[in-house]
Amino acid sequence: MTQEPRVGVYICHCGSNIAGTVDVADVAKWAGELPNVVVSRDYKFMCSSPGQEMIGKDIQEKGLNRVVVASCSPHLHEPTFRNACARAGLNPYLFEMANIREQDSWVTLDKVEATKKAKALVSAAVYRVAFQKPLESLFVPIDPNVLVVGGGITGIQAALEIADSGNHVYLVEREPSLGGHMAQFDKTFPTLDCSACILTPKMYNVGHHKNVTLYTWSEVEKVDGYVGNFTVTIRKRARYIDEPVCTGCGVCQEKCPKKVIDDVFEFGLGYRKAVYTPFPQAVPNTPVIDRPNCIFFQKGTCKACEKFCPTGAIKFDQQDEIITVKVGNIILATGYDLFDARRIPQYGYGKLANVFTSLEFERLTNASGPTGGKVFLRDGVTVPKRVAIVHCVGSRDKNYNNYCSSICCMQSLKFAHLAKEKTGAEVFNFYIDIRTPGKAYDEFYQKVLDEGTHFIRGRVASVTDTPQSPEEVGKLIIQAEDTLIGKQRRIPVDMVILSAGLQARADSKEVAIKFGISCSADQWFIEKHPKLDPVATMTDGVLIAGACQGPKDIPASVAQGSAAAARVLSIIGQGEIEIEAATAIVDETSCVGCKECIPSCPYQSIEFLADKQIAHVIEALCKGCGTCVGTCLSKSISLRHFTDEQLVAEMIGAMQTMKLFEAVEVA
Amino acid sequence: MAEATTQARTPTLADRIVAATPGDCRLEMCIQCGTCGGSCPSGANMEHTPRALFALINAGMEEQVLSSNTPWYCVSCYYCTVRCPQEIHITDLMYTIKRLSIQEGKYRKSTASDAPGFSQDFIFFVENFGRSFELGIAAAYNLRYHPLGLPKMAPMAFGMVRKNRMGFLPTRIKGIAGLKAILAKAKELEGQI
Amino acid sequence: MKYAYYPGCSVEKNAAAYHNSTMAISAPLGLELEEIEDWNCCGATEYFSINRLAAYSLVARNLALSEKQCGKIDLVAPCSACFLNLSKVDAHLQEDHSLAEKVNLSLAEAGLHYNSGSVKSRHLLEVIMDDIGLEAVKAHVTKPLQGLRIAPYYGCMIVRPGYLGKYDNTEYPMSLDRMMNAIGATVVDFPLKAACCGGHMTQLNQDIALDMIRILLQNAVDNQADVIVTLCPMCQLNLDAYQGDVNRHFKTKFHMPILYFTQMLGLAYGMDAKTLGIGKELVDARQALSKIGVEVPPEEPAVKKRPPKEALPMPKMPEEAQP
Repeated sequence: MTQEPRVGVYICHCGSNIAGTVDVADVAKWAGELPNVVVSRDYKFMCSSPGQEMIGKDIQEKGLNRVVVASCSPHLHEPTFRNACARAGLNPYLFEMANIREQDSWVTLDKVEATKKAKALVSAAVYRVAFQKPLESLFVPIDPNVLVVGGGITGIQAALEIADSGNHVYLVEREPSLGGHMAQFDKTFPTLDCSACILTPKMYNVGHHKNVTLYTWSEVEKVDGYVGNFTVTIRKRARYIDEPVCTGCGVCQEKCPKKVIDDVFEFGLGYRKAVYTPFPQAVPNTPVIDRPNCIFFQKGTCKACEKFCPTGAIKFDQQDEIITVKVGNIILATGYDLFDARRIPQYGYGKLANVFTSLEFERLTNASGPTGGKVFLRDGVTVPKRVAIVHCVGSRDKNYNNYCSSICCMQSLKFAHLAKEKTGAEVFNFYIDIRTPGKAYDEFYQKVLDEGTHFIRGRVASVTDTPQSPEEVGKLIIQAEDTLIGKQRRIPVDMVILSAGLQARADSKEVAIKFGISCSADQWFIEKHPKLDPVATMTDGVLIAGACQGPKDIPASVAQGSAAAARVLSIIGQGEIEIEAATAIVDETSCVGCKECIPSCPYQSIEFLADKQIAHVIEALCKGCGTCVGTCLSKSISLRHFTDEQLVAEMIGAMQTMKLFEAVEVA
Repeated sequence: MAEATTQARTPTLADRIVAATPGDCRLEMCIQCGTCGGSCPSGANMEHTPRALFALINAGMEEQVLSSNTPWYCVSCYYCTVRCPQEIHITDLMYTIKRLSIQEGKYRKSTASDAPGFSQDFIFFVENFGRSFELGIAAAYNLRYHPLGLPKMAPMAFGMVRKNRMGFLPTRIKGIAGLKAILAKAKELEGQI
Repeated sequence: MKYAYYPGCSVEKNAAAYHNSTMAISAPLGLELEEIEDWNCCGATEYFSINRLAAYSLVARNLALSEKQCGKIDLVAPCSACFLNLSKVDAHLQEDHSLAEKVNLSLAEAGLHYNSGSVKSRHLLEVIMDDIGLEAVKAHVTKPLQGLRIAPYYGCMIVRPGYLGKYDNTEYPMSLDRMMNAIGATVVDFPLKAACCGGHMTQLNQDIALDMIRILLQNAVDNQADVIVTLCPMCQLNLDAYQGDVNRHFKTKFHMPILYFTQMLGLAYGMDAKTLGIGKELVDARQALSKIGVEVPPEEPAVKKRPPKEALPMPKMPEEAQP
């Protein structure tokens, strides 16, 4: 650049977010004296139309060729201001942002110190921007294929929306069948729709859609690449069944002699065989052989399934298959785990036979469950006469999960209705609040009140079988304070249902790392913005939807599945994506071909050119992290937009303001 | 308490109780769920469950709070404290309310008005001898408050004597003068509460 | 292993059996317990009810004496209430600097000073289980308590609230269960193992107090315990000395001996019953203990009632909740 830098500085008030702590007028005035600064202003909301137009106007009228905006985090508005510059004809990489909000006004109440720091940050940006050069972005095509991880209602919804648009979906599900938790339920609130009746048609559509490749009993092992260009490695685990040959007749399951407790679908309440489909309406309707429990695999005998299979579909020598697919976008819809109620000893789950959790009760009421839909006590024969339903188990509790699980109140009301309908029992709900925010939810509460369910406002203190009087012998006693009358009560019942909370899957941290996203403190996946962007993540090309983003009911999950699909389709519709130009570049003349940089790159984006005997950065894969720059022994690699010159200038700019700060005693 | 700014005002009953309780007792975090009232072994016999007492405190109803028998029936079992979903230090708050109740003299209206008497008899021996003295405490307390109940205690008392588990004389520590000085200074520094 | 030792007022006379048995087993377990000279009462649950700073200073005097006499080694208390008070005061002094300042101003009147956090207070059971270890406990057993059915009773203050960190599960602890198991006894399931004995309620309201004791005793009886083993003098006193009153009040016929866990260890180590203070309990333990005096074959487990074939499976409990 032969032209002298002409810098425009803009200090944003951000309403009172910055101006409430930083003296923005003072900073703007002070910045006007910095080298190369031609104009320095402060304004209420720089990101608004007038704010952006102000920048455009100054670029035109005052011949600015560099722009600094001191406002919020670049994560939020760097694209906004870069675009504003581009519209006015200035290369967007001649723009620099100083974060005087998240790094300044939002982290201190001290106005004097905040103003000083703002000046230091602005000075650093002004010195740096003078050395910035115009850069051109790279545009890469978007692969129109999509990966959806998780075959519950959310994943199914997303997959269908995308597949219907004509684009191809790979749907990966770790269980043998689609369906997720919704397949375990009996009825869904508030309509009391039969869960399977509304879910299975969608499952069928996914299973038979020409644009969906379904991988069940499979897991994603590795994800490489970046938005528009992911390479995903999937492990398709061996079912030991030859899928094209299997007709789903079910004879193998009938004849298998090994009965096992079904810990997953029946939630430990029922049994399955070693060769099994989790439920009769499974999609695909192909069983799997549970190797650790199969007599043939463990002892070398049996093979009853093979003997009786009419089409010869059993294949004991089948291996896991490793499949690689290329997709442009990924949607994670991995769902939730139930809070482990054994962690609360005073509720007796696991010790007292007739204490059940919510998912266990769902299986009891489900027509294809272990009791054929009848509500019995743990002995499998006795019908309870009095049932207690406990809200907020493991939720809203600093000792366990410090959030509300969103669906348990409605679920508890549903249980109250079902218990009464199926057994005519007297039902007691113990709650802190009744949360019925959704459409027609409060109407459901009215219905359950009308049915005569007793509501006692008091968080259950303990569930015990230790009687204190003759009427309590042989019963489970709920001890709670009935807060509305202010008295401690002991209520004997036959059956207790714990509405256990929802929590993130046990492996969410590992999954997040695998896909390059983050988890919150509660382990739910983090969205890009909790209010305005709930399905995107900070990683372009990876989206989240459904309960894995936070506890929610089926309508909200479906909505998020559709939202993620819409976002993906919008990206595919744009056809290509802009790659950030801040990538590394190797100076071919000085590179000695030592290859030190190649293993140092976390994104494997450096290749070795055998003919030239030098390293070469594949720009599309480079994320601009700078590791190779530090590794290179001959200083042949530089990072565009983060050159040594620019970084040193930034430091000098900050250090020039040292005289503003008092000397600090170092111990 | 979080760093919210509040305008200066006269301290409420809740403010005074929180200030007199060591550590961060979190009284303001109560969502009135009733776990404490449900867990309390003496809850069925209290005039107000611990939760109800906190509601009264937040409503500023000082008379009822300080003359309630609730804190005096607390056995310090700490069930409430470990089960409270908001991590409120309920038992420590009960101790504060007891002290406040004595300081304001309101305990006299409580149905457990003899309970402070027991604590005070206990303390008498600790302050004068340095160790507790069961026979002395039981005698002093029961003679004053439950003289007619004494015969009922006889079998248990005789059992203890027979097994040589009842001391007849208090043990005095050597450093009793020092202890007295310590306690006097403490009372001077902080007054009653 | 060396510790400072705070006996507490009960252990002086009413719970002398606890003290004697503790001293007896300390040798084989390698526990060196140095009693703090001239310790004073911890104030139990009484002093905090009357005066805050005085109560904290009362306890802090013991912490200061321990630091002065024994240095920064851990302080062991056999009584749960003493342990609770010592750990509570230390925790609050570390959290609340202005309180610590005032306490030290008071202690200065007797020439004492306590540096908050210097002396970590521990309960005797915790020290034996965590520091000495179950293997060492087992190693000295010469007369396993085979055939004796024990209900392990923890009471409240050892497991709740955990001012210096939680020791064992607050609702359903298992450490004493494992210890009694290790010395050969049969440990019965005792759901009320961490429920309150009533503390000083026996003085304030006999009706409430005796009912609390009755419920505990009944629970032990319902689970076929021969003896309740405890780790706190208050619990021992309430369940033992007031058992007669419970029987009179409710017309029950309880005869459940209440012994200390240190006495059980001593018996398993082949020590003489008298040295261990057996016989000091008001509800005579000799009948129950005769079960282990003689060579008895292990009890045949009662024939388990076969569940009906329609019965649904129970969830599996995690490892820590198994004895």
